[in-house]
Amino acid sequence: MSATVTRKLMFFFPKCECEKPIIYHLVKDYHLVVNVFRAKVTPDAEGYLVLDLAGSEEDIERALEYVRKFKVTISASTKGLRWDRALCTDCGACLTHCPTKALRVADPATRKICFEDDKCIECLACLKVCPFGACASVF
Amino acid sequence: MKTYEEINARIEAGKAVVLTADEIMDYVDRKGLEAAAEEVDVVTTATFGPMCSSGCFLNFGHSTPRIRISEAWLEDVLLYTGIAAVDAYLGATQLRHNDPANMDYPGEFKFGGGHVIEALVAGKTLQLFALSYGTDDYPKREIRTYITIHDLNQAIMVNPRNCYQNYNVAVNSSDRVIYSYMGQLQPNFGNANYCSAGQLSPLLNDPFFETIGIGTPVWLAGARGHVYAEGTQFAADVPRNEHGIPLGGAGTLALTADMKQMRAEFVRGVSLRGYGVSLALGIAIPIPILSPEILRRTCIRDRDISAPVVDYSSDYPENTGRILGRVTYEQLRSGEITIKGRKIPVGSLSSYAKALEAAHLLADQIRRGDFALNPPIAPLPARRTCKPMKIRTRRS
Repeated sequence: MSATVTRKLMFFFPKCECEKPIIYHLVKDYHLVVNVFRAKVTPDAEGYLVLDLAGSEEDIERALEYVRKFKVTISASTKGLRWDRALCTDCGACLTHCPTKALRVADPATRKICFEDDKCIECLACLKVCPFGACASVF
Repeated sequence: MKTYEEINARIEAGKAVVLTADEIMDYVDRKGLEAAAEEVDVVTTATFGPMCSSGCFLNFGHSTPRIRISEAWLEDVLLYTGIAAVDAYLGATQLRHNDPANMDYPGEFKFGGGHVIEALVAGKTLQLFALSYGTDDYPKREIRTYITIHDLNQAIMVNPRNCYQNYNVAVNSSDRVIYSYMGQLQPNFGNANYCSAGQLSPLLNDPFFETIGIGTPVWLAGARGHVYAEGTQFAADVPRNEHGIPLGGAGTLALTADMKQMRAEFVRGVSLRGYGVSLALGIAIPIPILSPEILRRTCIRDRDISAPVVDYSSDYPENTGRILGRVTYEQLRSGEITIKGRKIPVGSLSSYAKALEAAHLLADQIRRGDFALNPPIAPLPARRTCKPMKIRTRRS
């Protein structure tokens, strides 16, 4: 039994694939532990899914092979939440609203803000409080 | 003791010693006040944050045939046109036409005057729609065209109230979210927001307006401008702490500069959910070190500056004047304050990082010999209070 790894991924389901129980098979056939952060079906019947997959490296690879058969786009950049460094002014309006401190002061001297992708749980609280539109959802 | 002439001679020769208000305290601690005052010519101060009382005068040039313009919109944001033909004023907090505001509460306020000003400075192409009633000399009654800042004869920023000397810390004691110009305030003291550059802020480094006056040159988003008047709501007769620092709002500055010389990263449209739109500006102001006393005042530290904590669910809207306590900027920057035994996480509307950047950019410009100083043409008022509005039911 090889070590368990966790991969955070975003799946994009084209219109035709939204009704298939793909996640069920990830659990049942590939023994993966699935933790869904955010899922959405757009008005155009396209689907987005941001999730953690935990299991052995081989199981995850086999599972992704299976998922790709359905023309699902798998993005390893993980994020349905985008923080745009160029739009951020480092004001700090987001700091008290981010529950996991994915957005935090990087350096107490300059008070520059940083965003740590892997800490983000996509609650989207930052979208509503950023005065400069630096935080955006890709879906 | 130094004079403006001596400081300017050193600036012109590229030999001026310039430090930011963030660096000066340690420098003075090391060198001693008297020696440092001999050496240092200028301390640069700065701030970056939403400054709602901002806007700009625009001149569009005359069309053929001519139009006077009695109503106009840039990107659907209303301009004030009750002045001469083809002149207009664009205000930072003006909403876009048909914005539902807070009818769908809390409103998103995604675009407004501040965003149009940002787009102008960034050189973007904007739609101008203008109407008029038609006169013998200005017959045209409607225009729809596209302009950039380069097409305009003038784009002059004229801000009646910037650079508040000190400011409230906003909290919310109620059981629902409060949407304010101080950001989103969570119920039951869920968070606190402040808005000042503290030890770097211009008027906290010159608390008695000894060097900053009418005519003082300023770095307004990268353009050389100046203080054209006391800011609106200016108050000098205020309670102060042992360092002379006002305990609340106090002084403000009215600033102007040419928008064609500005840098877009220091002119940013602001959207505040449930409140409205605004404009965030980066402003830096040089303080000439004319005496050790002036230098000593620039050495103020965050721990020596305190701000009043105000409840934005009741005391602020009801204008009671009550405060819940006082905290220093050092405490605020630690990320947590304690009010009435309760620990409250702290956020901010003001960017210290951007303010530092502005202070360094101005310092570099002075060192290069590109930014000469001049004395004020008139001082800011030494005695002035800020009056509330009386609601009267009769004229007499």
